[in-house]
Amino acid sequence: MTPPISEIWVYLSASPLLGLTITLLAYQGAFWLYRHSGMNPLANPVLIAVTILVLLLTLTATRYETYFAGAQFVHFLLGPATVALAIPLYTQFRRVRSLLLPVFAGLVAGSLTAALSAIAVARLFGASLPTQLSLAPKSVTTPIAMGIAERIGGIPSLTAVLVIITGILGAVGARYIFDAMRIRDPAIRGFAIGVASHGIGTARAFQVGEQAGAFAALAMGLNGALTALLLPLVLGSLA
Amino acid sequence: MIAALTQLLVFQLLGEAVARWLALPVPGPVLGMLFLFLALTMRGGPGHELQATSQNLLQHLSLLFVPAGVGIMVHFHRVADEWLPLLLSLVISTAATLIVTALAMKLLMPTKAASGEAP
Repeated sequence: MTPPISEIWVYLSASPLLGLTITLLAYQGAFWLYRHSGMNPLANPVLIAVTILVLLLTLTATRYETYFAGAQFVHFLLGPATVALAIPLYTQFRRVRSLLLPVFAGLVAGSLTAALSAIAVARLFGASLPTQLSLAPKSVTTPIAMGIAERIGGIPSLTAVLVIITGILGAVGARYIFDAMRIRDPAIRGFAIGVASHGIGTARAFQVGEQAGAFAALAMGLNGALTALLLPLVLGSLA
Repeated sequence: MIAALTQLLVFQLLGEAVARWLALPVPGPVLGMLFLFLALTMRGGPGHELQATSQNLLQHLSLLFVPAGVGIMVHFHRVADEWLPLLLSLVISTAATLIVTALAMKLLMPTKAASGEAP
């Protein structure tokens, strides 16, 4: 006697195996589309995989916590992958060292633009103050951004969502902006994408080339540290 | 692969410990990256295995953001109330950041610029 399918589903959805497997399947599917589009940024694999999974979980009324019990094994690898960014950084270090001045200028200008323009536009269109403050650290990698939001009076969980959307927006749109500006140097393209859209932008940069990836990784790390130090001071002096 | 993963985890652990210990505003893995970078400088580069493993991991860096990205579904109601100012702010500010960063760098670039791959 075989049990009804709903019983099997209840059993499977309670085990971490399912969350892990659907994450990998959705990503494989998304990456297949991405590759077959010629790595077109509009077919961003994070965007496609997240959309598939959110639809799937919503349709099957599965809780995020249940899903994450399996997906956490993938999530965990973010730590070691961040450490691994040291290797392309080392390989590209000669070029980084020769560009210290542009890197420093891009970092400071980009970091301030990211925070202040987000606040200004949100204020212009009537967002509440906590929302404006939650937007300020949106270009910084998630753990730093949530810490900053908490410190300046934003809502950390809202910031976490805004960080992800910012990452996807940058990864999808950067090519068109750089092409329109006729900027071709992978160091500039990589660094700007890392400042504007942290790890998700860095992931996109690595798929294009190692030099862009290394500069994106550098930008992500530097912008995280600078925003954490600078933003509370800047907002304090404006208030 | 296992030896390389172990090295990465050891540096992450070191980063987490130092970040906690000194109460730094930087997450442990970012400090771990810095420590590994310093170690590579002293060692004169990564071994073959570390190079290969990290390249594999970084090729699919986007996969690692998927579980957190799916978390959007839990907080969607927060975005729903003020979706228009949020969307405008994110789009305009992300574009502005890309443009300003790239312009600032371009202005200060040494004259003989290299070219090649383009994201």
